[in-house]
Amino acid sequence: MSTNGKSLNLTLHVWRQKDARSAGRFVTYEAKDISPDMSFLEMLDVVNEGLIQKREDPIAFDHDCREGICGTCGVVINGSPHGPRRATTACQLHMRSFKDGAVLTLEPWRAKAFPVVKDLIVDRGALDRIIAAGGFVSVGTGNAPDANAIPIAKQSAELAMDAAACIGCGACVAACPNASAMLFTSAKVSQLALLPQGQPERYDRVRKMTAQMDAEGFGHCTNHGECEAACPKDISVSNIARMNRDFIKASVIAGARATRAGDSAAG
Amino acid sequence: MELRSNTPAGPIEKKWEKHRFEMKLVNPANKRKHRIIVVGSGLAGASAAASMAELGYDVECFCYQDSPRRAHSIAAQGGINAAKNYQNDGDSVFRLFYDTVKGGDFRAREGNVYRLAETSVQIIDQCVAQGVPFAREYGGLLANRSFGGAQVSRTFYARGQTGQQLLLGAYSALERQIGLGKVKMFPRHEMLEPILVDGKARGIVVRDMVSGKFESRLGDAVVLATGGYGSVFYLATYAKGCNATAIWRAYKKGAAFGNPCYTQIHPTCIPVHGEYQSKLTLMSESLRNDGRIWVPKKQGDTRAPGQIPEDERDYYLERKYPSYGNLAPRDIASRAAKQACDDGRGVGPGGRGVYLDFSDAIGRLGEDAIREKYGNLFDMYERITAENPYKVPMRIYPASHYTMGGLWVDYNLMSTIPGLHVIGEANFSDHGANRLGASALMQGLADGYFIIPYTIGNYLASEKLDKVAADHPEVKKAEAEVVERTRRFLAINGNRTVDEFHRALGRIMWEHCGMARNEKGLEAALQKIPALREEFWQDVRVLGQNEELNQSLEKAGRVADFLELGELMCLDALERRESCGGHFREEFQTADGEALRDDQAFCHVAAWEYAGPGKKPVRHVEALEFENAHLATRSYK
Repeated sequence: MSTNGKSLNLTLHVWRQKDARSAGRFVTYEAKDISPDMSFLEMLDVVNEGLIQKREDPIAFDHDCREGICGTCGVVINGSPHGPRRATTACQLHMRSFKDGAVLTLEPWRAKAFPVVKDLIVDRGALDRIIAAGGFVSVGTGNAPDANAIPIAKQSAELAMDAAACIGCGACVAACPNASAMLFTSAKVSQLALLPQGQPERYDRVRKMTAQMDAEGFGHCTNHGECEAACPKDISVSNIARMNRDFIKASVIAGARATRAGDSAAG
Repeated sequence: MELRSNTPAGPIEKKWEKHRFEMKLVNPANKRKHRIIVVGSGLAGASAAASMAELGYDVECFCYQDSPRRAHSIAAQGGINAAKNYQNDGDSVFRLFYDTVKGGDFRAREGNVYRLAETSVQIIDQCVAQGVPFAREYGGLLANRSFGGAQVSRTFYARGQTGQQLLLGAYSALERQIGLGKVKMFPRHEMLEPILVDGKARGIVVRDMVSGKFESRLGDAVVLATGGYGSVFYLATYAKGCNATAIWRAYKKGAAFGNPCYTQIHPTCIPVHGEYQSKLTLMSESLRNDGRIWVPKKQGDTRAPGQIPEDERDYYLERKYPSYGNLAPRDIASRAAKQACDDGRGVGPGGRGVYLDFSDAIGRLGEDAIREKYGNLFDMYERITAENPYKVPMRIYPASHYTMGGLWVDYNLMSTIPGLHVIGEANFSDHGANRLGASALMQGLADGYFIIPYTIGNYLASEKLDKVAADHPEVKKAEAEVVERTRRFLAINGNRTVDEFHRALGRIMWEHCGMARNEKGLEAALQKIPALREEFWQDVRVLGQNEELNQSLEKAGRVADFLELGELMCLDALERRESCGGHFREEFQTADGEALRDDQAFCHVAAWEYAGPGKKPVRHVEALEFENAHLATRSYK
């Protein structure tokens, strides 16, 4: 609101795909008289209003809160999930980040585990299923001790909060050359591994969540770090390291359990 | 229609305990035979679905988002209240109860509010046990901050993302039950009609938003947790998808609508900056702990804020309300901002803004301390406005943020339709005419975790509920209504987009039914809205078809309902000839511009009954009695 800059004209190459079964293609649109103070999604609103006026099908894109917290929106802009600005969702990206005359290619998240629903919308149900596999503390309603019964070091609480800030948008998957969901999964694993409440299920959790991640068809991490660079919430790849450590420990524990079970069966 | 609150008799601190004992129980082995339908997956919906599944009920949960984790509770920033008294500053359940009743300007039901305050304590325990990373002190114990309308520090928080963390806690509990096969989740499904059989809520008609397929889901009880209707103003802090369709369809089937005119206009939002704007963004009330609100003393003062000397600034909240200062309740702070701008002392483009200035706090505590508390909010402000709030004061203005009104419910959170329960922001229950900050999260979770799991059992154990066949005439009738409405939207093929109509409605509502209302304006709105609605049904353009993902069609259904609801809000505002909380009628104010209640004539809930198309709805009243928090003029001076 302070820029009062000159309006922009842009060219958009937008991925259009009728539904999951149809083939997609790029279609070119002009976005004219765009205020630099508009958000990226408001720019798409303007383009869509114009398309409806011409009786053309508006571009379908996911969005909801438009304040960077719900994780619904997500579009790859010139190869970058959520666009060029660091730690910023597409809905919080403003047009002042672009130059007049810019040519933008807009695509959906591309990953085997995220089938396209329509145009820029994909199905991210796989992320929910990873959480359902173990991304929780098994505490039923009414079971809790007093909230201050367990002190938690401020530093642990802060680190847990850093990990918990993940909005589940899936940009990490879209950015990864392997379409890996390791940053997403490790953020939840880390949050709970850093807190005393998460300890009883710590190693079961990491095994179950990674197994689900694999079952969904996400790739593995090969340390590119693209996920962290694309993450709108600055989730650190050190969470992946923490998850890997826990996963190895969990495998050792599971191995030891199997050996013990074998011993007692033999005895 | 009879409004029976069913509040238990007896002393206020014993009511809930007594009621829990008196309610009937469903045998553990029988619980799985009862299917419960939950619509919405925010704090109220997710916590209710998870908790009822833990008890053994067969739960189905529906949300329009692609994942239950994205419900708009996630955007709540500042915190959640609980009467823990961890700060040793004199807090208690009774004080939280009293503050909430007073904050609501004595227009809430005492019994409900007391139960809310009582339950607040358990909520924090539950959330911590789930691994919600609340802010902590160096000793490892939980930290608190202050919020408006309270003189104690009872607000628990997780940076500026408290709603997100609480929702992710409830969502993780919900996902656990989904993984266990106890909850069947239907994302990208929108409820379009309730199904009533023998007058009882027995199911819903939903639309699969990907395939367009309509489907009826049947059960023994329905719980609506679909949030508020503040997007009626178009520009609001709500998510774009937030809508009133579920509660409005229920209203049209016989659920009374309580206090529709009670809307909250939040004082600290980023001001409107263009015609194209699609939403407004909140800057958390918690910022008022350290930020000072001011405008220039002089009208039309266009100097940069740093150029305006201290003695030429009007810190108007501190001046008018010295004991609460910048932490005056939201309705009061919003009105004061409007008054300053109406007086020609607003700042920024168009003069619709006031400063929220952190320079004192930064000087006192250092920039790092401020960054630790509010960093993400400052970043968000900078992203939107391209201004650095560490260097120049934020500019803020009020915006539609919450609705205290909603479907009328009794003490058991059941509407006037048997079996139709309503929880969270979707009901009218606990906040009276103004909600205090950090109380919405508390209410959503209280209803979902700790109240509905009990009261639903009482309903199920008290009723005889025969199985409803999928081809029951009432099911077919509800489906036919939905199909016909959809057909009509697609057949109009007019000239104006859905958004154009929504914006036009928003302008009418903001002008006539916003922060200040008067008889003339409301009467004008009651002319304009039906005319706009008429135009909508003649001239809206919804392209494409039903059998696909069709975002214009989704919006058309929602806006069609807002075009009816807006009229009811204006009617309610017109007939409540007093000012209370967020409902400010200009004709009823004190000499210094404060809300002037009329307890003789209006100490009641207004609950509206739908009377059929084209007929004026019927206004019923539920008298409010104040036996514990005695009626008094609200003062924050």
